Amino acid sequence: MKVIFKNARFIDPERKLDETGDLLVEEGVIRRIGGTTTEEDANGADVIDREGLIVAPGFFDMHVHLREPGREDAETVQSGLAAAANGGFTGVAYMPNTEPAIDSAEAIALVKEKARGSLTEAFPIAAVSVGRKGEALSPMAELVEAGAVAFSDDGAAVASSALLRRALEYSNMFGVPIVEHCEDPDLAGGAMNEGYFSTIYGLPGVPTVAEDVIVARGVLLAEFTGGAFHVAHVSSKRSIELVRDAKARGIRVTAEITPHHFTLVDEDVKTYDTNYKMNPPLRSREDLEAALEGLKDATIDAIASDHAPHAPEDKEREFIYAPNGVLGLETAVPLALSELVGKKVLSIETTIEKFALGPRRILNLPIPKIAEGEPANLTVIDPAEVWTYDAAKSKSKSRNTPFDKRLFTGKPVAAMNQGKLWRDGEMKTL
Amino acid sequence: MSLSSNHLLGLRGVPRSDIELILETAATFKQVLDRPIKKVPTLQGKTVVNLFYEPSTRTRISFELAEKRLSADAVNFSVSGSSVGKGETFRDTVRNIEAMKVDMIVVRHASAGVPLYLTRVAKSRVINAGDGTHEHPTQALLDIFSIKEKLGRVEGLNVCIVGDIAHSRVAFSNVYGLQAMGANVSVCGPSTMIPRGIERTGVKVYHDIDRAIAENDVLNVLRIQLERHARGYFPNVREYHRYFGLTEERIEKNNPNVLILHPGPINRGVEMTSGVADGDYQIILQQVANGVAVRMAILYLLGTRKENEQ
Repeated sequence: MKVIFKNARFIDPERKLDETGDLLVEEGVIRRIGGTTTEEDANGADVIDREGLIVAPGFFDMHVHLREPGREDAETVQSGLAAAANGGFTGVAYMPNTEPAIDSAEAIALVKEKARGSLTEAFPIAAVSVGRKGEALSPMAELVEAGAVAFSDDGAAVASSALLRRALEYSNMFGVPIVEHCEDPDLAGGAMNEGYFSTIYGLPGVPTVAEDVIVARGVLLAEFTGGAFHVAHVSSKRSIELVRDAKARGIRVTAEITPHHFTLVDEDVKTYDTNYKMNPPLRSREDLEAALEGLKDATIDAIASDHAPHAPEDKEREFIYAPNGVLGLETAVPLALSELVGKKVLSIETTIEKFALGPRRILNLPIPKIAEGEPANLTVIDPAEVWTYDAAKSKSKSRNTPFDKRLFTGKPVAAMNQGKLWRDGEMKTL
Repeated sequence: MSLSSNHLLGLRGVPRSDIELILETAATFKQVLDRPIKKVPTLQGKTVVNLFYEPSTRTRISFELAEKRLSADAVNFSVSGSSVGKGETFRDTVRNIEAMKVDMIVVRHASAGVPLYLTRVAKSRVINAGDGTHEHPTQALLDIFSIKEKLGRVEGLNVCIVGDIAHSRVAFSNVYGLQAMGANVSVCGPSTMIPRGIERTGVKVYHDIDRAIAENDVLNVLRIQLERHARGYFPNVREYHRYFGLTEERIEKNNPNVLILHPGPINRGVEMTSGVADGDYQIILQQVANGVAVRMAILYLLGTRKENEQ
């Protein structure tokens, strides 16, 4: 099968490519870039002729929760990957905090089997410690051999400084980073960001310093061990400064941010809607401004959704008892296009870098190329389309999002990978 | 005259005219409570559910008496502890209760925001009887009523709330209500018990109890939860009492005319000595008595308020 994107703009920041023309993909391979389509080419092809489309290397979300095994009522590998494709992602890295945790080659094999046939590839981030219990190191060599691209005890920080030191040392043999959920459990333990708004909303607070001390610990241990340390979902101004300083010192530290942290703030918790409850919590306006600065000056390498599906009976309950987390796969790209590109925080090229290049560099994965003869691993976006997100139509099995009915400017309109095309909420084989 | 809202969720943003209407109505009901037959037919045929997800004796009894004296049918629903992970969800509980055709719900819950959530899922009028560390508006209204009754005014008074401000639902309802009524509000307590960002609410912060006594007309003294010291909020009860407790000597030295309130229950020897708790400075039992009248006023004003009334 053939697909033609007419008059599209190709942006491949890695190859400094920025051109306009037609793109022909045949049987999952990029046949031609640029020029104009002949009648012969167009014969029998699916021709997509829309003004202003941008074709980019396939986007990658390095922080998602697929919930399988254990909570298949909230999400499955298949439903999560469908939401990923629908959101424009051709690859994801999934977190190991399932039930049981992903801490063995067998567990990875199980998810791999479930992911078969999807457009979006799923890469495992395996547990740092056996059962995520924070005691013994997981069998890291075996896990890397099985496909693990990073290690994390996400949901919690690595339980002890000594274990984190050993994890950084050991994983560094394979060049694989430790992805840290930066939260000191003694300092945290609240339901929203600590500050004026937690005080007047009467909710227990999580101070930014609960994140900062764990970021600082990781930076120091990364410096000491030479290991690669990645800060998941950075949310505080001070943590961003710590990452910036660490990078300036040449320490191997990277960071990602979620779209909700560059869009919403603690004040938004005012309705006590539990779709505004996440971990780390929505922070202050000042933290959000610092995040935008961090995105601009490349302190923050990647945008990752922290897609965290929850069944309605779990999520719709009293605020202090509700679990943390919101959906993100289908709203990450629209939020970046609306809040970052639309508000002139980032250029479209830099935004593509944060989605397509940054995550793969952190995880040492090859970056898809926009070049003739290359497999088509592409994300197509329309940066100007104005549309309303309808959570009821989500491909995810869950509905926990604060962005239902939100108006976006910019949309992922197609994704291609693994010889498949995702368009208009459907998958086709190329 | 009627209130500007169908519900009483808190005092933040509530107009002075609403508070004054509640206080005036409460004064009328207080006269009813002085009669030999302390009952009026005002809410006959109305059903009020007291939905208490936290143990509470005095607030629940105060509401129940207020409901009964207005001739409403009062039903109590108490759940001890949280319902996390067991049995039906909060939403299902509420829907079940509503299916039995109730008119008003009085709710107490450990999580802030539950009363607001109730207004979204239920059709009943909702009265907040305390949610998390958010608000406890009926307590603050009875405190304000008691201050006004004793001193004749609230406007221009200096009122200090003393104790664990960070973990108190009473403190902020008092701050908003007193500020709306024109009082100058301050707080006094150990720095670990003063929440972040409090200065944005326009209150002054004291850490010196002697100064707080000297510079205020009224002290509203909150209960200290003794288990807080285990989490490091204060070193021990003895030290708390020594540096923040009210004694007769302290009051005599700094301001013998100060008026003392306490929402109860008192830890004698911690927040204040028995001499203070039983002395002439305080109006603690008047607060309890006024609580019934104030709650009658709120139940009456909300229970008889027409839908969409302005």
